[in-house]
Amino acid sequence: MGTLFQDLAAQFNQAFIEADRWQRYLSGIGISFTVTLGALIIGIILGVLVAVIRTLHDQQKGTDHSVLLSIANAFCEFYTTVIRGTPMMVQLLIMGFVIFKSSRNLVGVAILSLGINSGAYTAEIIRSGIMSIDPGQMEAGRSLGMDYITVMKDIIIPQAIKNILPALGNELITLFKDTSLVTVIGLTDLTKAAQQIQAKTYQAFMPYIGIAIMYLVVVMILTKLLGILERRLRESDRR
Amino acid sequence: MKKYFALLLAGVMALSLAACGGSSSAPATPAETQKEETAAEAPAEEKAEAEAPAAEAPAAEEAAAEIKTVEAGKLHMATNAAFPPYEMISDNGGFEGIDVEIATLIAQKLGLELVVDDMEFGSVITSVQGGKSDIAMAGLTVTDERKQNVDFTESYATGVQVIIVPEGSDIQTVDDLANNKMIGVQDGTTGYIYCSSPVEDGGYGEDHVTSYPNGAMAIEALKGGKVDAVVIDNEPAKAFVQANAGLKILDTEYIVENYAIGISKDNNGLRDAVNNALKELIADGSVQLIVDKYINAEK
Repeated sequence: MGTLFQDLAAQFNQAFIEADRWQRYLSGIGISFTVTLGALIIGIILGVLVAVIRTLHDQQKGTDHSVLLSIANAFCEFYTTVIRGTPMMVQLLIMGFVIFKSSRNLVGVAILSLGINSGAYTAEIIRSGIMSIDPGQMEAGRSLGMDYITVMKDIIIPQAIKNILPALGNELITLFKDTSLVTVIGLTDLTKAAQQIQAKTYQAFMPYIGIAIMYLVVVMILTKLLGILERRLRESDRR
Repeated sequence: MKKYFALLLAGVMALSLAACGGSSSAPATPAETQKEETAAEAPAEEKAEAEAPAAEAPAAEEAAAEIKTVEAGKLHMATNAAFPPYEMISDNGGFEGIDVEIATLIAQKLGLELVVDDMEFGSVITSVQGGKSDIAMAGLTVTDERKQNVDFTESYATGVQVIIVPEGSDIQTVDDLANNKMIGVQDGTTGYIYCSSPVEDGGYGEDHVTSYPNGAMAIEALKGGKVDAVVIDNEPAKAFVQANAGLKILDTEYIVENYAIGISKDNNGLRDAVNNALKELIADGSVQLIVDKYINAEK
């Protein structure tokens, strides 16, 4: 048993302490966070935009169909179809090696790719949220003299967000874990940091189990925060 | 709180049990390893050659009876068959290359049948450590840190790392790499390890290195201008430069290194048997013959 613990301690030392390797994991997790945060912001902006355009188009009544809206809707549908229909890794490879083949700003490329990807899924989530709100809410707002945008912004979206928070939380967690894919474009996130240390030391146990625990801890913290947010938003609920 | 503690304890116990299985022969290794390390130094090679025919030949035959392999009667070789001319897929779908041919001869000497297990480069070593394959042969370079987790045989070939740059680049020699350049490398290779080490250790620091999953992607990045130079093994480098106009290999090589076979630390019998067989093959010139066939004959 004694040698076993010595072995484990030596492996731990080699994987985390020696040559200040813990700094590699830290900077890796920093990159993963930056990419998640950036992609989240782009994803939500794109998501809201696409969701509003698509519901606006679907809710048109009568015969006065706006041509502009139809074009915008077609574009949004094309976007969700293509993004949801191709693998994330392929999108990253295309962004990294075809579209931005000369860019050295790998973090930027990663944020943009993940953000555009996340936007397609977020759009559907937000659309389901907007659809879940009773049409009476819109009618009441409009009859009080508010314009469409104001009702959307002040009445519909806040209620929708509350309904879709669990699904949005899911998307955030998925997004954070998907940052591990950015290794393919050469960005040193947490996963690549562990791969590089594995290559230097030829031991897989400590680096990989180590980052699995790190991902898990971060996701648990995120889940906790989302839970708190959800409780706060529910304070005024009657159910 | 108590519940969590109990859970934690259970976890630790399960972990220690799992690790027990792996290190059952641990006490024997430290002494062996040290011997191995001294023997693996370059100057010792000629000495080994001189001893080999006299002392080692009978030992190898004896060893064949007692060595443990993953599958009885077979020698499983873990490799990444995308590294010409060391290992590659032949036109008829089999495996060929310097490593494959040397491994075939070693298996013959040990009275075993060679089986090639093709996998990702990063998995080659874990496959040997985990007992899925017997030997790892994939142009593996010996480093001190790696020796702590896997045993190496004698070196059987030398690999050369070279620098690829676009034609007209202001990088003329190895020294020019230090001028705040971005260097592209392949994940897990020694090119990555050397280039990314801190400046005081002769590297350029992590911030000046971008590491790609394979060599072709690093070359793609070089063509796009994402990186200023690519450090990679000489043989694949030749193939890349031939396939992509506008790239060239610098005359000065980045580093020369020794390739060896990796074997689990828990299988000393196999390690010694393979090492002896390899020494004999080096001594009688068979290894050189194979290397010449693939590399020197091309020139």
